[in-house]
Amino acid sequence: MFIVKYIKDVWNAVRSLLKGMRRTGYYFTHHKEIITQQYPDNKDTLHLPERFKGEVVMLHDENNEHLCTGCTACELACPNATIKIITKFDITPDGKKKKAIDKFVYHLELCTMCNLCIIACPTDAIKMAQTFEHSVFDRSELTKILNKPGSKIKEGVE
Amino acid sequence: MYRQTEIIKDASQPGIEGDMVINVGPQHPATHGVLHLVITLNGETIKKVEPHLGYIHRSIEKMCESLSYRQFIYVTSRMDYLSAHINNHACALCVEKGLQVEIPPRAQVIRILMDELTRIASHELWWGAMAMDLGAFTPFFHAFRERETINDIMEDTCGARLTMNYIVPGGVMADLHPDFQKKTKEFIQLYKRKIHEYDELVTGNIIFQNRMKGIGYLSPEDAVSYGCTGPTARGSGVSSDIRKLYPYEIYDKLEFDEVLESAGDSFARYMIRIGEMQQSIRIIEQLIDNIPEGDFQAKTKAVLKLPKGEYYSRVETARGELGVYIVSENGTTPYRIKFRSPGFSNLSVLDHIARGSKLGDLVAMMGTLDLVIPDIDR
Repeated sequence: MFIVKYIKDVWNAVRSLLKGMRRTGYYFTHHKEIITQQYPDNKDTLHLPERFKGEVVMLHDENNEHLCTGCTACELACPNATIKIITKFDITPDGKKKKAIDKFVYHLELCTMCNLCIIACPTDAIKMAQTFEHSVFDRSELTKILNKPGSKIKEGVE
Repeated sequence: MYRQTEIIKDASQPGIEGDMVINVGPQHPATHGVLHLVITLNGETIKKVEPHLGYIHRSIEKMCESLSYRQFIYVTSRMDYLSAHINNHACALCVEKGLQVEIPPRAQVIRILMDELTRIASHELWWGAMAMDLGAFTPFFHAFRERETINDIMEDTCGARLTMNYIVPGGVMADLHPDFQKKTKEFIQLYKRKIHEYDELVTGNIIFQNRMKGIGYLSPEDAVSYGCTGPTARGSGVSSDIRKLYPYEIYDKLEFDEVLESAGDSFARYMIRIGEMQQSIRIIEQLIDNIPEGDFQAKTKAVLKLPKGEYYSRVETARGELGVYIVSENGTTPYRIKFRSPGFSNLSVLDHIARGSKLGDLVAMMGTLDLVIPDIDR
């Protein structure tokens, strides 16, 4: 009965190959489901989820005011020393000294997008942006100052 | 069966007459997942396999000692990047054990849902990559089609696709995305519609079966003595599912089977992972409609301090048991952290199972061990 078993084996082998080829053939003829994204061409319609962690940005309103008090909670929460806050002292109209941020330095090249600074911030001054095209020609361009020039802290935020 | 041939005679070393030593990988030290195998061959028969490690050693354990208990979790995503979420889970469990915090039920369910989705994603990638190692290119794209859906779900809720850093001590970082349930159900539907294609394309294929069956036999005794865990050990019939043996979170209340095979060869290890994907789907189906309301994070102090002592927790990642061992000296940073990674023990068995088999089968064996090199080197 060796010959019967041999033929059976050959038949099963051929059948298994045909089964796989049928699946390949199905997708060859039914190519309506296109799942490839044509990335650089679809830039206008590209939609990223609102929680996507691209880079840290500081929110500014229309009066060029931000919410950062310079408490350095984000600086302490960061595992990679990505954030460095340089503070200064403003003189308020009634002659008092008030601490404010001078520069919010953000090293994008060190950032791992772990989101710990965002959840540490008590005033929600910073958030994650959905940008992802971070390539630049010079490394120094990755060190960013997040507060816009001339911006100041919003009234009433402590 | 076959005649062993002597092809090269190295005159300078008379002791190893007839042996040929070849180096497999890495192509470039900057590539991901570089493993250097020094293989001693006699003809085409493997006499010895020596893995050389350290190409992507980043001293993660030492790094963790300088980071606080909140910060060190993100680093562990970079160990076994395919089950990054489960690594974070293990660390969070260990810290919570020290802090004695009660995790809200909603956070527990979210964690398990994410764990199982990660497990499916990891096994999908393994399936595609292993088929590609064996020369089949199409399965890779079939696997990535389903995996992409999971990545989208992760991106919605966690904000990242691979290194999520979603689990924090005390719960999870953010609540589930409103679309999470809908998208996960869609994924389950898609998965059930497409899973038979996996069997048609690869599992039933005669060429694949001939390359897997009887190759790389690992006996249960050896699996235990080499410290294999996960699908590698379960393929030899060793019950090693941490979710069953040492249940964490609410795994003891869920209905799922530990997939076991007794053959111990490459094909058994393959079937284990295919079966595990089905079990993960089963777990997700049980939980997806029963996510309890409530907080997603327990209240914890701003600065975490673990009481003096030693803490150990273990979870079942996609590759086996991941253990996290923390020695605390009552400070804000751990005194010592040790990770028991599944990949290292599973790699150590490669030399044992490869001896005496042909060079071409080595790829199949490595494929079924599911090695993730950053997990081995850390």
